[in-house]
Amino acid sequence: VKTLPKVDVVIAGGGWTGLLMAKELGARTGLTVVVLERGKPRKMADYADGMDELDYAIRLRMMQDVSRETVTFRHTTADRALPLRQLGSFLPGEGTGGAGEHWQGETPRFFPHVFEMRKRLVDRYGAGRLPEGCAIQDWGVRYEELEPYYTRAEQLLGISGQGGIDPFEGPRSAGFPTPPMKLAHVPAMFSEAARSIGYHPYPLPSANLSKTYKNPDGIIRPACEYCGFCERFGCMVGAKAQPSNVLLPVIGKQKRVAVRTDANVRRIVHKDGKATGVTYFDANRTECFQPADLVIVSSWTLNNTRLLLLSKIGEPYNPATGRGQVGRNLTHQVMGGIRLLFDKPLNRFMGAGACGIMMSDLDADNFDHGPLDFIGGARVAVGNSGARPIANFGAVPAAVTSTWGSEWKKAAIESFDRVGGLGAIGEHASYRANYMDLDPTYRDQYGDPLLRMTIDYTDNERKLAAYIGTKLVEIGRAMGASEVVPPDELQRYDVVRYKGTHIQGGTIMGASPETSVLNPWLQHWQASNLFILGASAMPQNPSGNPTLTLLAMTMRTADALVGKYLKSPGSLA
Amino acid sequence: MRRRRFLTLSATALGGTIVYRLDRTLALVHAQSAGKIRVPLRFFDERQALTVAAAAARIFPTDESGPGATEAGVVIYIDRQLAGPYGRDRHRYTQEPFEDGVPEQGYQGKATPREVYRDGIGLLGADFDRLAPEAQDAKLRQMEDSYFFSLLRQHTLEGMFSDPMHGGNAGMVGWQLIGYPGPYMSWAQHIDQHYGKAFRPKPMSLAEVVGHKVTPGEDEA
Repeated sequence: VKTLPKVDVVIAGGGWTGLLMAKELGARTGLTVVVLERGKPRKMADYADGMDELDYAIRLRMMQDVSRETVTFRHTTADRALPLRQLGSFLPGEGTGGAGEHWQGETPRFFPHVFEMRKRLVDRYGAGRLPEGCAIQDWGVRYEELEPYYTRAEQLLGISGQGGIDPFEGPRSAGFPTPPMKLAHVPAMFSEAARSIGYHPYPLPSANLSKTYKNPDGIIRPACEYCGFCERFGCMVGAKAQPSNVLLPVIGKQKRVAVRTDANVRRIVHKDGKATGVTYFDANRTECFQPADLVIVSSWTLNNTRLLLLSKIGEPYNPATGRGQVGRNLTHQVMGGIRLLFDKPLNRFMGAGACGIMMSDLDADNFDHGPLDFIGGARVAVGNSGARPIANFGAVPAAVTSTWGSEWKKAAIESFDRVGGLGAIGEHASYRANYMDLDPTYRDQYGDPLLRMTIDYTDNERKLAAYIGTKLVEIGRAMGASEVVPPDELQRYDVVRYKGTHIQGGTIMGASPETSVLNPWLQHWQASNLFILGASAMPQNPSGNPTLTLLAMTMRTADALVGKYLKSPGSLA
Repeated sequence: MRRRRFLTLSATALGGTIVYRLDRTLALVHAQSAGKIRVPLRFFDERQALTVAAAAARIFPTDESGPGATEAGVVIYIDRQLAGPYGRDRHRYTQEPFEDGVPEQGYQGKATPREVYRDGIGLLGADFDRLAPEAQDAKLRQMEDSYFFSLLRQHTLEGMFSDPMHGGNAGMVGWQLIGYPGPYMSWAQHIDQHYGKAFRPKPMSLAEVVGHKVTPGEDEA
């Protein structure tokens, strides 16, 4: 092991949260900071000729290379976990910027309810209404404490949107930095139909800029071109906020901050209850020890959890006894959209990742669950992200039952530009049975155990999906669709169909070290010089897209580090 | 070194120019030449290529609703994919043990796409391309639930609708067929216009849009 010169701060993982923390520390302290990123360097120019559906959206050029490292999955502890031999239900990124380079850019804030979900549900409905085996808990931070950071995060990215329409949104100290994006046809139909039913549709908050914007760091980005190549692609003009166009230009000028690529962190090294640095493999497979006073882990939900388990920091969660913290509260989300067929062309090839309309009337606890038999809700939205042909060709009216041959081909050609989706992303509550640990069989390229996910849906998610499905059908009919295809019943959890890259849990934050890994400052309860950023801190999945909240939480932690911790290192809680 | 292999195709079939009209009728107005063209193969031998081409042509046939897998050159696309990193599972997790799982765990097979095709072509039989269309359909229906068929169907769609740099979608026939314009740099002046009316700009390939040749993934190591 090659020991490198000590730095003040080492950050494992160069995505949104790790690079944001590096930028903040670089701007506000004199600390030496090293970011370790296991992938290749990325820059905006890489995307100039990247508008190819096959290589990017189908062969997943920007995603984690699972030939080197993947995760395993099973439904329950009674089953045998097998590896994800190819990606499917979620798409972790790789390379500088991580998944933040190829996200859609949908950036809602979470509702105040989300942060105190358990308390509020019990207060309103009684503890008896929580689903069996439920493990939901409060975050230990309230919306009001996070609000100033939401505003800063929106200003960093230039979020487009319009406040004051959604009656359920938390109080805002500032409006959106840029106005809403342009309104495409299908979202326009949705907006009108939803309003006619009595819902409150509003422009989807978007990190794809509606107009040229200069952020507080002086970074200027242009307006979105609606080219239809957002999710799974990097933005060729820089309209979609990405770490490569928002953070790297600032970090590049910070002399004390360095980003090392091809640096794959394997262990957090610790001694006497404190982290002392990390070990990693460089591009030549030389194992390096990078000593540091402060260790920050920001390597996405699953790898954050895996690094703690591999490094033997904290007690692994045991689902049989409920003891232990590391790995608990694994959640993903509940996808439930419906397909609508129209009798007119929709020109759906145009669009942007977050070009759309959404509504919160059926989300969280924004509607009365008293007469219902489940908890949770769903964000309902219609996007217009650009219908690319390989992924979207093939939908046909229900009367056509073949999936190949002349009849199907004719119907699919006619339907290609007449299909509109109505999307719902449902909340996934946490349960005692859904968790992560190390796999006993399968290993990564270095011989380390893979992370094992044990996860399934319960009746609560099935009832939620069915309820939302009936509401979507009503909206679809009001949109004037010629055919409304009702959703199938929610099946068991699978790793095949894409559900979104919003996976939460494993190193959750909370009010007590008995039931959480991190205190409300994202600081490890025991090792006070270890901070863990990202959605691994979320005790359960709120339906909304998590990135804006992750950025806000990272800024709050950065403030606490700069304002308090650096002056007197120790527990912030 | 392996002897070079070619697939001989009729040029009238491959890459004629299709005109897309708003009333959804299609017309093949011009073929490149009347003669034969020989396309070098990277993975298949000619017999295998003819078999795969025939099967793809039943999945996406050439008929009154327009051109199909034959005109798009789907077999050329599949040949290049199998010859490249995808065909040999360069980016798939292939550590042992391989075990059968439940469908929710995804494809767990050991076979690479190349091996899946070799076996699948064998099951179709050496005379598949010379069978009557009805007999070809019957054979394909028998294997509809196989992994090979699901790959073949998916790859046929990819060969119809991916950028022409990958070897299929010749002359952008696939895009013309469905009114997809390709990767234009901007729709900012159109995204909130044309409500309910077909807006069908002439298709452009990625190389035409960016003004230079782009290296496709199958040509990488």
